Amino acid sequence: MPQADDILFRTLADPTRRALFERLCREGEQTVGALTARAKVSQPAVSKHLGLLKEAGLVRDRQEGRQTHYSAQPGALAPLIDWTGRMTGFWQSRFDKLEDLLRRMDQ
Amino acid sequence: MSDVRTVTVERQLPFAPAKVWRALTQPHLMAEWLMQNDFVPAVGHRFQLRGEWGGVLDCEVLVLEPETVLSYTWNHAHADAAYNLQSVVTFTLTATDGGTLLKVEQAGFRPEQKQAFGGAKAGWAQMLGKLDALLARE
Repeated sequence: MPQADDILFRTLADPTRRALFERLCREGEQTVGALTARAKVSQPAVSKHLGLLKEAGLVRDRQEGRQTHYSAQPGALAPLIDWTGRMTGFWQSRFDKLEDLLRRMDQ
Repeated sequence: MSDVRTVTVERQLPFAPAKVWRALTQPHLMAEWLMQNDFVPAVGHRFQLRGEWGGVLDCEVLVLEPETVLSYTWNHAHADAAYNLQSVVTFTLTATDGGTLLKVEQAGFRPEQKQAFGGAKAGWAQMLGKLDALLARE
C-alpha cells in the first residue's frame, strides 16, 4: 500500500500532470492533440505526462485510427482517499525518520 | 454518517525503550522525526503539532506510562468539514531481545467522504496540492 501511494503521490505532485488529469476528470475522454492545444507544454511533453499517468493507473488510453484517446480512471485515487492507506504510509515514513534519529542520538 | 477506522504500524527498533521513549516525548527530538510541537509530558496537557505544509493538529495527552505507553488526541480541523479528522494516536513500547518493538495505532473518527470521488469540486485536488510541499522535503 505505501508503495502504491508513493507512485500516486509522485505522479500527481507534478502540476502539469495534475492539470491534465483534472481536465480528463472534468471533461471526459480527449485526444492528445486536444489536450496539447490547451496545455502550456509541447505535444511530446503532454504524451510523456500521459504515459506516467497511465503507469500510475490514473488514465486509460484507447487507439482509434491515428488518434489516441485518453480518459481518467478516478478509481485509482482510492488509496489516497482512503484514510487508513494514507496514514499507514505516513507512519511508515515517520518511523524511518525516527529510526534515523535514534541512530544519531547519544545513549 | 461516520465510521471509525484504525491504522496500525509496527517497527522493531535496535534501541532500548528508554531511548525510544525520549525520542517520543522530548519536543526537540519529536520535531526531528514527527513535527514541530509544544509537547509537555503531562496527562491533560494540550499541544499542537505543526506540519511544514501549514497543517496544525490539535492534541491532548491522554496516557503517559514512561517507556511503555503514550497516547494523545490527533485532531485536525479542515476548512472543508468533510475533511475534519478526530483521532487518537497510541504508541506502545515493548522491550525485546534486540531492543524495542514500537507500535503506533491510530483510531480515527471522521465523516464519510462521498463527494471525494469525481466531480469538478473533488476535494482530493486540494489535498494533493498540499502534498507538493510534503514531497518536496521527503
